Amino acid sequence: MQTTSTMIAPLLEARNLRKTFPAPGGAFAMGARARVAAVDDVSLELAAGETLAIVGESGSGKTTLARMLLRLIEPDSGELRVEGRDFLAASGAGLRALRREMQMVFQDPFASLDPRMRVGTIVGEPLDIHEPRLGRLERRDRVTEILRAVGMGEDALTRYPHEFSGGQRQRIGIARALVLRPRLVVADEPVSALDVSVGAQILELLQNLQRDFSLTYLLISHSLPVVAQLATRIAVMQGGRIVETGAAEQILTAPTHPYTQSLIAAIPVLPVNIE
Amino acid sequence: MTVLIELRGLTVELPTPSGWIRPVDDVSFTLETGESLGLVGESGSGKSMLALALMGLLPPGARVRGEAWLAGANGAASSRVNLLALSERERMATRGRDIAMIFQEPMTALNPVMRVGAQIAEAIRAHCAGLTNAEVDRRVLAALERAAVPEPALRARQYPHQLSGGLRQRAMIAMALAAGSTSTAHSAPRLLIADEPTTALDVTVQKQILELLAQLRRDLGLTLLFITHDLGVVAQVADRIAVTYAGRIVEEGPALEVLARPCHPYTAGLLRASPQLVRHKLEPIPGNVPSLTALPSGCAFEPRCALRQPECTIAMPELRVAGPQHRARCILVEDILEEIAR
Repeated sequence: MQTTSTMIAPLLEARNLRKTFPAPGGAFAMGARARVAAVDDVSLELAAGETLAIVGESGSGKTTLARMLLRLIEPDSGELRVEGRDFLAASGAGLRALRREMQMVFQDPFASLDPRMRVGTIVGEPLDIHEPRLGRLERRDRVTEILRAVGMGEDALTRYPHEFSGGQRQRIGIARALVLRPRLVVADEPVSALDVSVGAQILELLQNLQRDFSLTYLLISHSLPVVAQLATRIAVMQGGRIVETGAAEQILTAPTHPYTQSLIAAIPVLPVNIE
Repeated sequence: MTVLIELRGLTVELPTPSGWIRPVDDVSFTLETGESLGLVGESGSGKSMLALALMGLLPPGARVRGEAWLAGANGAASSRVNLLALSERERMATRGRDIAMIFQEPMTALNPVMRVGAQIAEAIRAHCAGLTNAEVDRRVLAALERAAVPEPALRARQYPHQLSGGLRQRAMIAMALAAGSTSTAHSAPRLLIADEPTTALDVTVQKQILELLAQLRRDLGLTLLFITHDLGVVAQVADRIAVTYAGRIVEEGPALEVLARPCHPYTAGLLRASPQLVRHKLEPIPGNVPSLTALPSGCAFEPRCALRQPECTIAMPELRVAGPQHRARCILVEDILEEIAR
């Protein structure tokens, strides 16, 4: 029995995704080497408008999973669907059309922006690829508009990344991700390279942009306190598998898996009650 | 309680293409034996440069002013030394023996092509010449055991890359403690400076390292200067905290009091901007951490401060009394205290 609402295909659906890499053993290992599964039998659904956070420690496979969901790397096996369409089988124009709906925000705003490109070029580059017939003025308007949406002025257009602080650079990275008006944004540790006072600005910006642009977020983070600010649902990863998933409130206040419990118990708590 | 180290007007200046900057500006504090002081600040607040000044490891060209008095080994005031006025030779003897430091990223602090045990042995030999090889080996194992490294004999034979991040940090702690001040194997340096020692670690490993440091403080009476950007971490490790902004201490006092009743708008702002497990409305501090090359003329926090007054742009305020052992560098301290009392 399916109700009408569940009949609508999720924005993104992954079934039994698996990705293995050669086991570390050095270049001189003999014979067929064992492989380790970075992501092992992961299934998840992402409904339009929600924020799903993938939480895990280093080596848990969360970044490999995120890259597979965007098909930046190919899974060994499994299925991937975008609104019911087979993402893994897509190619050519069909793949490009799906790709423009899904963009990524990176952790390090210092490494992810080309230092030799002006901000206007960086933010406008996705338009050159996906909308090459756009006129010069129209292109400029689109870039200026998205920069304004992330809190940057028009004067940024002709400047270089190094002229900006870490927080401003992250805003530029977000503008570049949003200039095509994607429906899904994958944010990989978007504030972990930033100072606390600036990271809070970026978290607030992501909240506002989600509302203004009807975005769906997949948030990758090692930090449950950061995730707590944005997520509607949380999936906890350990050793390549999702060990617990549920509504954010439930995971944060009543985790059932021992690993989730140990993660929460390890977070240093401030001795203050913030209302 | 006896004073172990007393800083008076410590100032560090560095040359940059756009002129001299002052990452540490007129910093004074005292640290008593056995105490743990958390030095909290965001990037560019000068907290790491302060540690390097105490270690005598400032980059070439740095200018340093002020005094940093370390009590003599016998505790007598007459035998104290000014760390900033030592000769290079005296400094090398002090480093490791009296003051040791652990860093954020053990992979860059450890020598990648030298076995872990050999690196610890080197630290021991540097301060205790004439020990037999067997005695050095014994002390290496003792040091690893003290840092709760499992299978110490095996780990001593391994290279840093063969260890996990948490084990590498334990190995570095073992090395820092190995060359302690007296010649017995159970000694330790009197001051341990820990610069963001858990920032690169997973949260479950961070918890283990913080517990290890707490245990070492209990067992060895270690005095700790713990540098971090993380208010949650500092709440776990510090008896007292000093919040730094743009090279200056802006608030200092008992850790729980400062975190529960911050009297400087920056400390209060940091707390409101810190994500917690419970979702709350984050209130970001507007603007950015100021560049040390372009500091405002008055209070360095004034451009970002919600409570700023016209006179805040005129001069940097002095630290004002906010409690018996609590001070804040803000002209509004009395008003803020009244607000808290209400």
